[in-house]
Amino acid sequence: MITYAIYFTFSCFGAALLMNLYKIATAKGVGDKVLALDTMVINAIALMILYGLSLGTEVFFEAAMIIAMLGFVSTVAYARFLLRGNIIE
Amino acid sequence: MSLFLIAALPFLGAVFPALLIRAGRNASSASAGATTFLALLGLLVNAPAVFRGEVVTARFDWLPGLGLNANFYLDGLGFLFAGLILGIGLLIILYARFYLSREDPMGQFYTYLLLFQGAMVGIVLSDNILLLLIFWELTSLSSFLLIGYWKHLPAGRQGARMALAVTGSGGLAMIAGMLILGNVVSSYDLTVILQNKELIQASPYYMPALILILLGAFTKSAQFPFHFWLPHAMAAPTPVSAYLHSATMVKAGLFLMARMWPVLAGTDAWFYIVATTGLITMVLGAVIALFKDDLKALLAFSTVSHLGLITMLLGFGTKIAAVVAVFHIINHATFKAALFMSAGIIDHETHTRDIKRLGGLRHLMPVTFVIATVAALSMAGIPPLNGFLSKEMMLEEAVHTTWLNSPYLVPGVVLIAALFSATYSFRFIAHVFLGPKRDDYPAKPHDPGVGMWLAPAILVTLVILIGLFSKAIVGPLVAVASGAVIGGGELPYYSLKIWHGFTPALYMSIVATVGAIVLLSVHGRFEQIWNAIPRPEAKVIFDAIIGGMTALSRKITEGLHNRSMARYSAIFVVFVVSLAGYAYYTGTDSVPTRIGIEPGIMPIIGWICLMGATICLVVFHHNRFVSLVLVGVVGLIISIGFNYLSAPDLALTQISVEVVTIILLLLALNFMPKETPWETTNERRFRDVIIAGISGLGVGGLIYALMMRDFAFPSISEFHLANSYKGGGGTNVVNVILVDFRGFDTFGEIIVLGIAALVIYALTEAVLGTRVRAHLLNRKPDMPQSGDAHPLMMVVVTRVMMPIALMVAAYIFFRGHNLPGGGFIAGLIAAIAFIMQYMASGFSWAAERQKVFYHGIIGSGVLIAAITGMGAWLNGKPFLTSAFGYIHWPPLEEFEWATAMGFDLGVFLAVVGAVMLALESLSRFAWQPGIASEHAMDINPARDDDEIDEKKEV
Repeated sequence: MITYAIYFTFSCFGAALLMNLYKIATAKGVGDKVLALDTMVINAIALMILYGLSLGTEVFFEAAMIIAMLGFVSTVAYARFLLRGNIIE
Repeated sequence: MSLFLIAALPFLGAVFPALLIRAGRNASSASAGATTFLALLGLLVNAPAVFRGEVVTARFDWLPGLGLNANFYLDGLGFLFAGLILGIGLLIILYARFYLSREDPMGQFYTYLLLFQGAMVGIVLSDNILLLLIFWELTSLSSFLLIGYWKHLPAGRQGARMALAVTGSGGLAMIAGMLILGNVVSSYDLTVILQNKELIQASPYYMPALILILLGAFTKSAQFPFHFWLPHAMAAPTPVSAYLHSATMVKAGLFLMARMWPVLAGTDAWFYIVATTGLITMVLGAVIALFKDDLKALLAFSTVSHLGLITMLLGFGTKIAAVVAVFHIINHATFKAALFMSAGIIDHETHTRDIKRLGGLRHLMPVTFVIATVAALSMAGIPPLNGFLSKEMMLEEAVHTTWLNSPYLVPGVVLIAALFSATYSFRFIAHVFLGPKRDDYPAKPHDPGVGMWLAPAILVTLVILIGLFSKAIVGPLVAVASGAVIGGGELPYYSLKIWHGFTPALYMSIVATVGAIVLLSVHGRFEQIWNAIPRPEAKVIFDAIIGGMTALSRKITEGLHNRSMARYSAIFVVFVVSLAGYAYYTGTDSVPTRIGIEPGIMPIIGWICLMGATICLVVFHHNRFVSLVLVGVVGLIISIGFNYLSAPDLALTQISVEVVTIILLLLALNFMPKETPWETTNERRFRDVIIAGISGLGVGGLIYALMMRDFAFPSISEFHLANSYKGGGGTNVVNVILVDFRGFDTFGEIIVLGIAALVIYALTEAVLGTRVRAHLLNRKPDMPQSGDAHPLMMVVVTRVMMPIALMVAAYIFFRGHNLPGGGFIAGLIAAIAFIMQYMASGFSWAAERQKVFYHGIIGSGVLIAAITGMGAWLNGKPFLTSAFGYIHWPPLEEFEWATAMGFDLGVFLAVVGAVMLALESLSRFAWQPGIASEHAMDINPARDDDEIDEKKEV
């Protein structure tokens, strides 16, 4: 059962990634592109955990954790740049 | 004293004058003098052995694989030269102490001087030609520093550059010559080379080696047509001129010819090249010297002439001529150093070196007059001074020399040179000291203090003593030194005395002396004629050649790389692709040995994302911000890819590097146009698409071909996997490679990383120190800005995140040796945790709370890594050998310790320091007045709430 569940989730998140990419390519505002990238990061975390689940290994956990912890820093930096121009002031 | 120490002492001592100058000029000069004195003492300790005819050696295999051994040996020739270098060096140090003025940085001067001295001593003591070449280049470099010592004078800088260009290129030629010689003999040791005369002279490579080595010697010893650099080097302070041009630098070329004399001399080629060059140089230098009004220029050309004389003697190739050459080297060093110092005294006291403005100084400067006159008479070759003895012997040799069947050519030309030599020597005396006293000297001249005239006085005492008692004083020295030049065998008969009877040489001397007096009396008219003749000006020619070469290299460089990245990479890519294409079409192809794996749906989605982002990047690249967003996508997919392909360490690194890169680029983008302008034409874009497409497909094809085949050579992965735990004590092979197998590389890399960060810091400081700062301070933002610089939400989130992130960094650090992680990744995570605070709460807020300088963090990281590495020495193991073991502290579980942990800590600190220093430096560009806010958050409900304030007061 869990195998089918994992495959189903894989396809969902895979589709999500492609939609994110579509949004990044076509979104009008720059802000939307940044948000799409941020969502892509979250989907990537999910994919890594899923991959770990499917293989039954913990080795991807740290990578997922670090993306979760640091991925938002890039988004913050993009956002600060859009809002203030200067990201460290 | 060991020869190592003698050669090393000046280098070691070079530190002290620069440091001790803070304790005063006496301390500085005393330290330089003490160093030289010690080295001289060490040399003299070896004197008895040398005079017994022994050869003192010191051997040490430095890089045996290259044939480069640090072998030193001391024979008569080396002893003579080392004695001259150190002895006259000591006098120069004394003289310079009083010559240099308060404005001159004396510590620097003595440091350069000692470096130069060490290089010279190294040349004359080397027993390995590769080692000799190293010292040879060092003399070129250190003499550059000495000649250009007065940096404020354009003449000094140009003279230094010219000397470096000429002697440096000669040195290059010599390297080639020496390598050929070493190959012929199949040893780079001088002692071996010197015993293989027949082998070398029979070799077809004898001629090229001879010409290349002579190019080195001639440029160094200012032989025609390379003589022009020496007069221009006179822009140096006089102590430098006295040292470089009497006893050391220019004598290095003579030393080399004397050293190689046993194997290179004796052939027709040697005779015609060396003797003729010497002859031309001798007469040319003497004639030009007569018409120079600048005292130092006169002495410079006279030096050129005397160097020509010695070269000619060595070129004769007879044993007796070699003896005379050695004798004249001693004599020339004594009187020429004294003359240069006297010229310096005159310049120092009268503030001019122009002979036309001098005259009648004998009453005003009696001491200087006596010193300079004795030295100049010796230079003219007047008995009973030492110059007479060697000149007489030289004339004797010249009389017996036939040049292309003509017995009169050499004696005739030599007589002319002797005549002019005597004339300019007399002119030096007559036009400076004799004649009526004048009242238009630029300064009121008087004799200097004893400190300044003591050194030349000692030298002229030697001039007289060697003249009178030559056999007793320098007889043994000349004997051992000439014995070394001749290279074994009996010394020919010679006699160092004043009276040889009525010989042709004596008549020639009389003719030269009488002729000189006549010539001097008509000097004025002669000079008019000389000035009317057009002459080629060496400096103009030199500048034209250098200018032409600069223009040519600039043209080539700019043709290939016109500061356009596109052009540069296009050339590079086309070149590589054509090489690869050539290899593909001419080489053979093997059959694939592996079978490809069926791709799953997820990798294909990843691939689509990667390709999609790349295509978008091409489409959107004019908008730089969007490009950065797309770079973020690429980075993300790559880190997932690393994970998928079982490289979790790389994935972790990629993620953290990605964040830092984005921050760095956004910091830079703040100061750059947000749009890339459209500059290229359609044709160029089409061309670039073709180039990029071919190279991309080519690389893809190459990688595919590689992955479909087994490795051509056995892979080293097996070794690493097998030894990682056994040898390095860790199960994470990637980390063990970083801190153990390739620990030395990592050590170098963290140093480079630290240097890069420090350079960024230094550049920032430099830029902010210029007018750019004013421009930056008044910069207006080019985009509309939102009002809230430090939003509350962000400040709170980042502060909560900080301890968590540091905890994760510690976790990643500690597990690194056995599981994915390590110091590098942990360092990046910690740096990002700090950067978050800078971004959220502001630069000023964060900088205020940052108590430890990032420079110090980098330095401590490198030090900790180094100390950990050196710890292995205590264990009797080589640098960076790691050790590990197990500790059991109840109630903890048993855990492992490894010295690699200390090394990894060093990596961690260096990475944190370097990343932070670089980002902090870049963010300082954006600092503007009023940007620093008093509070971390612009809007803080707690701060603005009256009720809370009241509570606090209660």
